[in-house]
Amino acid sequence: MEGKQTGVYLCSGCGIGEALDMDALAEVASKEFKLPVKQSECLCGDAGVKTISDDLENGEVNQVVVGACSPRVMADRFRFGSTQVVRANLREQVVWMQPAGEEDTQMLAADNIRMAATQSGKIAPPTPHEESVESSRVLVVGGGPAGLAAAREASGAGHEVLLVDKADQLGGNARGRTALTPHKPPYRGLQENDIESDVQAVENDNRITVKTGTTVTETSGMPGQYSVTLSGGAQEKVGAIVVATGWRAYDPSNLGHLGYGASPDVVTNVELEGMLSEGGARRRSDGNAPKSVAFIQCAGQRDHNHLPYCSSVCCAVTLKQALQLKKADPETMVYVVYDEMRTPGTAEEFYREAQEQGVIFIKGSVKNVGSDLQVTVDDHLLGEEVPMSGLDMVVLATGMVPNSTDPDQETPEYGAEQLDNDINPESPIKVAGYNNGEPEVPERPGTAPSGGPILNLQYRQGPHLPMLADGFADSHYICFPYETRRTGIYTCGPVRRPMDMAEAREDAAGAALKAVQAIHNASEGAAVHPRSGDLSFPRIGYSACTRCRRCTVECPFGAIDEDDQDYPLVNPTRCRRCGTCMGACPVRTISFDNYSVDMLSSMIKSVEIPDEFDEKPRILVMACENDAYPALDMAGINRAGLSPYVRIVPVRCLGSVSLLCISDALSVGYDGALLLGCKSGDDYQCHFVKGSAMAEERLSKVGETLKSMMLEAERVVQAEASIADSGRLPQVINDFVKEIDDLGPNPFKGF
Amino acid sequence: MSDQQPRSQTILVVGGGISGVTAALEAAEAGYETVLLEAGPSLGGRVAQLNRYFPKLCHPTCGLEINYQRIRKNPRVKVFTMAQVDGVSGERGNYSVTVKTSPRYVNANCTACGACAEASETKVADPFDYGLGETTAAHLPHEMAFPMRYVIDPSVIGTPEAQKIKDACKYDAIDLEETEQTFDLQVGAIVWATGWRPYDPANLTNYNHASLPDVVNNVEMERLAAHDGPTGGRITRPSDGTEAKRVAMIQCAGSRDLNHLPYCSRICCLASMKHAAYVREQYADAQVDIYYIDIRAHDKLEAFYNKLKVDPQVSWIKSKPSAIEAGPDGRPVVKGENTITREIYAAPYDLVVLATGMEPSVAGEHLPVNTGQDEYSFVVPAQPAEEGVAAAGVASGPLDVSMSTQSATAAALKAIQAVAGPAR
Repeated sequence: MEGKQTGVYLCSGCGIGEALDMDALAEVASKEFKLPVKQSECLCGDAGVKTISDDLENGEVNQVVVGACSPRVMADRFRFGSTQVVRANLREQVVWMQPAGEEDTQMLAADNIRMAATQSGKIAPPTPHEESVESSRVLVVGGGPAGLAAAREASGAGHEVLLVDKADQLGGNARGRTALTPHKPPYRGLQENDIESDVQAVENDNRITVKTGTTVTETSGMPGQYSVTLSGGAQEKVGAIVVATGWRAYDPSNLGHLGYGASPDVVTNVELEGMLSEGGARRRSDGNAPKSVAFIQCAGQRDHNHLPYCSSVCCAVTLKQALQLKKADPETMVYVVYDEMRTPGTAEEFYREAQEQGVIFIKGSVKNVGSDLQVTVDDHLLGEEVPMSGLDMVVLATGMVPNSTDPDQETPEYGAEQLDNDINPESPIKVAGYNNGEPEVPERPGTAPSGGPILNLQYRQGPHLPMLADGFADSHYICFPYETRRTGIYTCGPVRRPMDMAEAREDAAGAALKAVQAIHNASEGAAVHPRSGDLSFPRIGYSACTRCRRCTVECPFGAIDEDDQDYPLVNPTRCRRCGTCMGACPVRTISFDNYSVDMLSSMIKSVEIPDEFDEKPRILVMACENDAYPALDMAGINRAGLSPYVRIVPVRCLGSVSLLCISDALSVGYDGALLLGCKSGDDYQCHFVKGSAMAEERLSKVGETLKSMMLEAERVVQAEASIADSGRLPQVINDFVKEIDDLGPNPFKGF
Repeated sequence: MSDQQPRSQTILVVGGGISGVTAALEAAEAGYETVLLEAGPSLGGRVAQLNRYFPKLCHPTCGLEINYQRIRKNPRVKVFTMAQVDGVSGERGNYSVTVKTSPRYVNANCTACGACAEASETKVADPFDYGLGETTAAHLPHEMAFPMRYVIDPSVIGTPEAQKIKDACKYDAIDLEETEQTFDLQVGAIVWATGWRPYDPANLTNYNHASLPDVVNNVEMERLAAHDGPTGGRITRPSDGTEAKRVAMIQCAGSRDLNHLPYCSRICCLASMKHAAYVREQYADAQVDIYYIDIRAHDKLEAFYNKLKVDPQVSWIKSKPSAIEAGPDGRPVVKGENTITREIYAAPYDLVVLATGMEPSVAGEHLPVNTGQDEYSFVVPAQPAEEGVAAAGVASGPLDVSMSTQSATAAALKAIQAVAGPAR
């Protein structure tokens, strides 16, 4: 068959046929769009599906509009290879929400068919980009426990690995550790430090190339074809990158208030570890083994003046060191001063072991550590200040600082704004109110990372990996811990969040999988999470491009660079297909094979707009397809009512909504437009990081456009919607319809 | 394994909660065939029953929806609900797995039109709401069910109502004759992701969960706060439906206790903080008291603790209550000694939430796969390692959701290594 031929298949099952005039609906497709239409009483049944597949096989049609249930159901039934299938939602969002047999219900269904038929006319099966995978090798940066594990895991899956470590020796901070905290049953005893066997395994693995004393000086490219320059100038090609640069100890010179520096016998847990590895704890003052030792927990951690977070491993490390001191000399008195003992999971057994071995735990906060090693503790249980005298050594349990930057490199001017923490993890929770006025919220200074970039990305948006508060290069999603804003680059270990060695090794396996997966998808031209498998990608119409740079700036994933003439340069395998670039483009010259501003605008304009005397307003709702749209489906499942004047268009992300779609809607006579998207801000829930924030920013400027059209700004509104809003959302929409109704009809109607 | 035997490239994932779903998808999106088994009628597991996640207070169904979209678009993932593993034989690369399916009484013809539920009169305790609410015998597991397919409670099978339900279906989707079935699968690797269940509060006899209706556990609290729960999301007293404004959270209800769960369940402190946030979001004059031994807001989650600490209407009481009893007005009274002030207290509440811990779903069972289990039934690698079996999520230890999905992603790689890695 030459060209495109869409077939329309209408289902009258599940109450659709009882509520709607199906023949009239069929005529919309056949008369207005000249498309072949077939009807079925149960389209998802074997016979119905066969009708469609037969027509496809016989070459009668090559694209399909299914007018039936929501696209969220029966996806497997209505999947016909790579055929583009557009679903007109007649069930959940029409007949389950509207009274049967009413004119308005029929008009709504007809418009959904118009929009689907129009959409089908504007899309084509996506042709994947032709970028090839030049290397399926995985680069691992960092040779500590996480990096070594990542290298071995990727190799175990059959991939070549290039492992670089800044140090001259592999092993990272784990080298020199005397023993490990337990993570094997019965979770009570010290475990042997097996880092040496990891190092050996990596060095003996012929798929892994190790370069010690090496850093990455420059990284360009994209998944499947990164070009990496190493210190010394070597150029390497890799397909994906795992960053496992680990942690460094918090600088104890900041801990003068805990006695550090006042006495040589106030040491950190890292320093004690060094002593233990060299034969045992010794007082730096006189070389004697200490007989009475106090550990001070949270030495800097959980302190807004130092590290605001909990380093998570220090409690267990203290237990380990305490047990080592006890083992060396059972007569040694060991005290642990703590605020909260944090031994989650089976580490509780280790805590129990320390208690049974006679380690003494004091719940309190340290007021002062004197140069004579007198520790004054505000004992929370006794309710008084207790001096601890006769100590030989004080150990500060210091915390972890993530190596998301290289502290030995200067902080470059370029990308400095990337180091600003724009996410406040302590933004107040929403409460209904307070009995005695709002409390004061202490400021959270956080810890801004400094230093040079680890990969020195040659990306338009800067050289650093994006970070969250305190420099952790982590995902901001709970369900998707390996979400990255730099596709193909995954972090693991303590650079992501504080964690112990066992956790870091497992984390490395996860990051290795994501690296391998990124290479696999790059080879197929497919997107990775969340639009996994999507073969479409942004195409730029250069003839219309004004080089305004909005797309390169707004892409949440830094996928678009600029060429030497400032034209946008899409790196397709970095792209996540959210369409934020498309929404940003002021001249609609960015589009996907199956998604474009033209498609959305044409769908919007295909709706029949009754004239003002009909008193049937038309309200456009553009709904995020991941959250708002499913919530509306569920409102339908619950048979909630919704204004019949609303026309719902699902979008990949609100970030993909161009203001041109809105002005087109208003110019053809829609009375208002409501954009439903995910939460933005500190706890953002947008699946594309900042799509809904971008939509808000664009919408903040829509007032001018409306003003120029002599329209009220209130006609276009963005509202936050979550997937759990199936109960609330119909009300939000109905309230908006009422507000628009109060404003009166759009004066453009009928023009 | 010997190189002569053909190796199956298929990965079996047992358990359709967030960990299993994640493991199956991550492997499938790296190019591998996966089979996902879920014992219940819908994917989603425990997280589908949660109202929100800490620390972002976002809805678990949001991530589930993305994952379901990923499944819908990916022919490499095959999902079987109502299905459990009955037996496994073989070794890495060559497992033969017997799968047992329980009857749903609704087949794949189901369009989710809802006519069966309309015809169904018998009310049964809704398992999705932990029995706090009721549903009809024929029902959709919940509004986010995947697959979107109804299920019939076995209690009505063989009754006239069952026939009425069948007659109501226009799509020949009701199969009242359905019985337990078995089928066999050949797979190369197995990811064990059977998750957890809440520790049974009936074992905590001094807390009277069974006899005091206004003493609930933390998973029930999630349903009380959920928009699709038995109260429509209003946090009220189960006894009389009035607003629950004075609320106590009892930490370590079972956890860190040698008589119950000796380990720390890791998530309960943060879950209780989240519950405090639920209450505070609804009631301006609420007072929430959190009774604790240690507050364990590990790593970056300290920030969530800090958020709650600034609220003067959330109090932190270091104490493990000795008892919860009925007061003269029927309200639950929490009794004990404050460890810091040494005061003996007996405080009445509208609602008491037991922060019960997580116990492996397979606690006390012998697994059909050749792997190790610790004394709590968490799956640990066998010695020597059985390389074709990996554990994911809470099956491997008490983890929060983020750590579970991390663990599931790692397990997916282990499974890929087993089916595709170099032979060893």
